[in-house]
Order: sequence, then C-alpha cells, then structure tokens
Amino acid sequence: MNSSDLSQQMAQRWHDQVRMHTEPQRSCCEMECPAGLLPEIARWLFAELDYSFAGLIVEEDPAQWALRYEFHRAREDAPVQVLVRRALDEKTFPSISDCVHAADWHEREAEDMFGLLFEGHPRLGDFILHDDVWPEGVEPMRHQFNAQRSVPERRPNPHWRLRRIVQAPGAFAMPIGPVFSGLAESVHFQLETVGEDVIRCVPRLFYKYRGIEKIAEGRSPEDVLLLAERFCATSAFAHALSFSQAMETIGGVAPPPRARRLRVFLAELERLRHHVAALEGICESTALTVAASQMALLQEELLRLGGALTGHRYLFGLLTPGGLRCDLEDGACRRAIAATRDILRRLRQLEKMLQFSSSFLDRLEEVGVVGTKDARTHGLVGPVARASGVVRDLRKVLPYCDYEAFTFETPMESEGDGYARLRILFAEAAQSASIMQQAGAALCAGPVHTPCPSRPGAALGWVEAPRGAAFCWLRISEDGQVARYRLMPPSFANWHGLHLATENFAFQDFPIILATFDLSVAENDR
Amino acid sequence: MSQWVRIGIKTRIKTTHYPAQAETAPGVSPGLPQGGAYAAADVSSLVNLCPTKAISPGLVKDSLIVDYRRCIHCFRCVHGATTPLRWEKGWQWAAGGQKCDGVASGPEGNRLGRVFARSVHIIVVDAGDCGACLNEVKQLNNPYYNMHRLGFFLTPTPRHADILLVVGPLTEHMRLPLLKTYEAMPTPKRVIAVGACALSGGVFGPSFISGAGVGQALPVDVQVPGHPPPPLAILHGLLVAVGRQTPATITSGAPVSLEATTR
Ligand code: SF4
Repeated sequence: MNSSDLSQQMAQRWHDQVRMHTEPQRSCCEMECPAGLLPEIARWLFAELDYSFAGLIVEEDPAQWALRYEFHRAREDAPVQVLVRRALDEKTFPSISDCVHAADWHEREAEDMFGLLFEGHPRLGDFILHDDVWPEGVEPMRHQFNAQRSVPERRPNPHWRLRRIVQAPGAFAMPIGPVFSGLAESVHFQLETVGEDVIRCVPRLFYKYRGIEKIAEGRSPEDVLLLAERFCATSAFAHALSFSQAMETIGGVAPPPRARRLRVFLAELERLRHHVAALEGICESTALTVAASQMALLQEELLRLGGALTGHRYLFGLLTPGGLRCDLEDGACRRAIAATRDILRRLRQLEKMLQFSSSFLDRLEEVGVVGTKDARTHGLVGPVARASGVVRDLRKVLPYCDYEAFTFETPMESEGDGYARLRILFAEAAQSASIMQQAGAALCAGPVHTPCPSRPGAALGWVEAPRGAAFCWLRISEDGQVARYRLMPPSFANWHGLHLATENFAFQDFPIILATFDLSVAENDR
Repeated sequence: MSQWVRIGIKTRIKTTHYPAQAETAPGVSPGLPQGGAYAAADVSSLVNLCPTKAISPGLVKDSLIVDYRRCIHCFRCVHGATTPLRWEKGWQWAAGGQKCDGVASGPEGNRLGRVFARSVHIIVVDAGDCGACLNEVKQLNNPYYNMHRLGFFLTPTPRHADILLVVGPLTEHMRLPLLKTYEAMPTPKRVIAVGACALSGGVFGPSFISGAGVGQALPVDVQVPGHPPPPLAILHGLLVAVGRQTPATITSGAPVSLEATTR
C-alpha cells in the first residue's frame, strides 16, 4: 500500500485527528496523532495491516517530548512513523505493548533512561540501570544529565534480588553469571525450577551498557561513526553501514556505484563470518568438538581474509558516510572470492556430516521451539525469526546498496526449533558467498567516495545485520553535531523473545538454546 | 561418528609455530602505527587526525609518539593522511604493567614464578567489550593458535585461576563482579588487560557509566594493546606474564605516561 492509500484509510477511521506528512526524500511517512489514539493506531498497523514494529525513538525537544514508533512492511510500502508529541511535564504515555509485544523493552528502556511512564505496562523498573547499583531518579538520557561526570553516591546494595515469579513448593532460583563459563559475554540468568525441569528463564542484561546513545550526543558524526562501528564488533560493518546510510540520507548524497558494490561485498563477508561463528557455537554447545574445531578453522580463515583484504580482521576503519575510506583492489577481491568458494565447499561438507550425526541432531530437534505467531508478536528478527516462519529481510523489504540487483532467496523454515535455526544459518551462509561473488563480478571502475555534508536533519538508517534487522535514528543539529543517535539492534529484539524458547525445558538444553538463538550481549547492551 | 575422526585426521596440523618461529600468514594482525621521526609539516596534521589523541608530538623536535593504549585502529592516520604514519605488521606488543596509581611496575616484579611456566589457568572477565577482544581470546582455543600446547588453560572459576584476563572498558555494572572475581582468586595472581578499551577506556570511557580502563580498579601486570589485539598478541601477553617472552613498550617513539597526554 502506498502512502496515499494509507492516508485515505486513516482519514476514514480517524478523520482529521491524524496528520500525515510524507517526505519523499526520506522515503518515510510520518503520522502525527494524539497520545490517546496511539494504542488503536499501533494495533491497526500491527495486527490488521501486518506491519512489523522496528522500535521506539524518544526525543526530548526543548519544549516537548516526541515519541516515534517505527513500522515497516513490504517493499511497496514506505516505512511508517507514528509520532506522538506531549509537553515536557506530561510524562505519561499509553503503553502499546499489550498488543505489540515487541514494544515491551522499548517502553521499559524509555522509562529507565528518560523517566517516562507507560500506562498499562505491567513491568517497569530494574532494566538498563540496575536497581542495586543506581539510586532512584537518575534519568541519563535527559538533556540536563552530564554524560561525562560520574554520578556520585552509588552504593551497591548487596541484598537486592531479582524478582521471582514461580511460586510453588520446592521452587528455587538458580543464578548464573554475570561471570560464568570460560568465554561467555557478561549476562545474568535466573533459572527458576522445581527440580529437573526449568520452568522459566529470565535474563538480566545491561551489565555491559556503555551508554552509546548518550555519549554520542554533541559529538561530531566522524566520532559517532567510531562508536557505531565499535559497540558490537561481530557486526561492526553492518552498524557502521546503517549509520553511514542515515548520514547520506540527511546529506542527500548517494555513494558511487563502486562503493555500493564493495559495501555489499564486505557486508556479506561479515555475515558469512558471523554465521560460521554462530555455527561453531552450536557445535560447541552440543560438545561436538571436532565439528566445532572445523568451524573454528573456517572462522579464523575468514578473519584472516578480512585482515588481508582490508587491513583489519573485523573490517574496522573502512566505512565513512559517502562511501569507503579507501579502495580495494579488484585482484584482492577476486582472491577473496576464490577463498570463500573453498570455505563454502568445506562448510557444505560439514553440513552434510552434521545431518548424519544423529547424536547432534537429537540435541537440536524440538529444542527451544518458537511458534510463528509468537515470533511475529514479539517482533523477532533475523535468522531466528526466519526459522519460525517469519521472513522479513531488509535487503528485500527496504533494499539499500542496490541489493535488489542481486539474486538471492531469503530462506525460511517453519519448525522454529534449534535444528531449523541451524539450517537457516547454513542456507544464509551459502547465500552470502553467492552475493559476494555477484558483487565482485559487478564491480565497476570509479571512485569510492563522494563528500557527504553534515546538514541539519534527521533520518532513519537500516541494514539487515547478520543477526537481523538493525535500525538507527540519527538527528544532526544546526551546528552539524549529532543530537540524537538511537540504536535499535537485532539482539535487543531477540533477547526479548528468548523467554519464548526457554519455558519448561531440560536444564542441559540451556546452552544449546542459547547458542541457536545466536545472541550478542554487546549488541544488546550497546 | 567415524567420519569426524577421519576429517580431524585429514585436516592435519594447522597450528602456528609461534613463538618458536615467526608467523607469516597474511591477515593475522592489523599491525600498529609507529612513532619516531617525521617531517615537521606532518607532525601537527597527524596529531590532529587521531580521534583518540593516541598520537602526540614527541619530546625531540619533529617526532611523534604513539600511545598504544589509545590507538583504536581507525586507520585515519593512514587513509586520511597526506603522509601516512609508518605502520608495522607485528604483534609482539604486550607491555609490562601499571599499578592502580599509574606507577609502572618493575620488569621482574609482576611475573608469575617459574612453577607456573607450563600450567597456567586463566579466567576471562568481560567488562563491557564489543565482542572483538573476547572473540580473539576465543581464537586462542582454535587449532590455528591452540594455547594448550603452551600450557595455558581457560577456567570458568576464579578459585582455579592464576591469571585474570580482562577485556572491555569496565562498565559501572561490571565493576563489582570484576572485583569479586579478583578477590576470589588465590595468590599469586596476575591481571592482564587486553585491548585499548581495557587500557584507556577506548571510545567509550570515561563517562557516567563506563570507566577509563581496568587499571582504575585493579593493578594491571601486563597490558596488551590493539583494538582488538589479534590472537597472537594476546598469546604474547600471556607469555610475558609468565616470563617466557620479553615485554615491549606501550608507546612508540618515547615513553609517556597515560596522564601526560591530555584527552
Ligand atoms: S589508527 Fe590509532 S594512531 Fe592512527 S589515527 Fe586511529 S587511533 Fe590514532
């Protein structure tokens, strides 16, 4: 549906209570509505029109709050932004998360960081700022809060405990983390159990919160690019790309064709490496060490490939708004493609061998099942969602970097269990290698950079990161500095849905469910 | 299952010969920029290019100092510069440590005794890293690097650990877990800070929620610079900690303390 159809339907339903602006340059349609109508409109978009929820952007203007709810659907439809404004002293908004579950954590975050209240939300409180470390009333994302000064008077409360839900005779809670198991990222789990089976699992995140959104404010776009690239290294290129694309939308420039192809090439290299690492994690979680070592070999080879090609194993320092900082040689790209071809061949061989390892399959099949309906209402993204029958690949839905010029299919499975997620990872890895080949073959001569001015304005940036849809919202102020950089990474969506897969499961399946969910704490904790 | 045995054998030995021999495969290390003598015209432009102030003018005229604790591999001193900084593709970067008060510790004082030389257990604490340093530490377990051959083992519990390896700038929420882990370790114990974030806060700190490195909370015995340091650099750091390799200096050009270069 194009935006004029949408506005007609809106006019029929809500008459002139909703105002629509379409900005062709930003390819986004904005609907401004009174706060009271918000739940109704959100429900209409999400439940009736099948839009996906991408995230909530809170901005504090000098005089008022602006809350933007991002929705998107299919290639023909422009993304929709529902905008609600309120005076600064009115801090209560209606909650939409009873219908759009995906908004749950976004609302909790806004409550924690801005001090907003969401009426009807069942569970606000300890979230990003841990209640046992921070005093009440700290609202770090407000403008008057100084990001550089440390907050005085922080006395950790050793007696603070996470809330327990399961109340039954013999029920107990097993705490895990934040420092646990050799090489895991810092996160805490509370497993509630009455014996053998774990009834529910609550992750407590944000041990690694570095306040990227706050410390980005007032810095130059060049500096914020460093943050975008470095808050989650396993998908560094993807996030830097989404930032650069937002800058390019604001600046009104398009990078030259060669830069776009090279971006696709490197983004797919990163996806391939990430998927191999995820597969290694799955093999490791099932204690299939030989397979894990084989995957580890492939991962190291891909890291070296990136290092030899770009100078950095995690592809840092290459992207810049307007294109790339330096050109890559065609010959080096061809060699890289040849190397990925060999890696893909070995990956296929491993896939086949895994399919015949019954002890491995037994541990993945019917483990951590997420149904299609749940995956949709909780707004899961990426390979996890595609394994549960929800295919929304931003490379197809909102194409960027000329992805529409490449032939590839987004894989889909419907079982929603660990094995389905494994198959998706294998299929996508193969596809990434094929897109790399296509992009390499389509490389044309030419520059790789056009100057990108830092104009005032705001835009949404997005990419299909290795873990799924990643959105960011960027606002540049009059003086050319970053006024707001909002990150909506895929892991934030998928951590929120983890509990769907961890209800009533056997304890020994826990590491396997975690590994197949392929979550990054750094990406979530940003 | 026999297929797995077969593929394992068929793969043969992939392990690097480092430290006995140098590793020459491409892409094992991003390298680090080098300080020293530069033309007068380039000095100020290079100093201004660096977003983290890792580059500062040297003590002698027409020279530059690069502080590796701050270098975040942004390559702006290469791709953006008229005369790029000299760049060297090594990895033996691990340097001796700093006490909490910023005083450099003696060259011998911080090493674990010889008894530990071939059986060292390491606990890794993620104090807010971006995933890169942790992933590079993880690579030490892969067949290419295989740190077990050198007597290094990961342990999940602080009670068994001799070395605390910390990555990340130290976020406010990880401060207490990190200190608890350190306290739970038996003595003698050593701390290795891995990565620019753990050494100086990197791009993240200091701020309201993230520190300026692990050194603010714990005495650091070995510093491994890099963003992230490649697996070989971390391996070098481990070998320095047990006295099997000589430490490098943390700056290139001339020694400076972290406080001497202003942010
Ligand atoms: S690569 Fe290192 S030294 Fe060079 S500009 Fe970046 S941070 Fe500074």
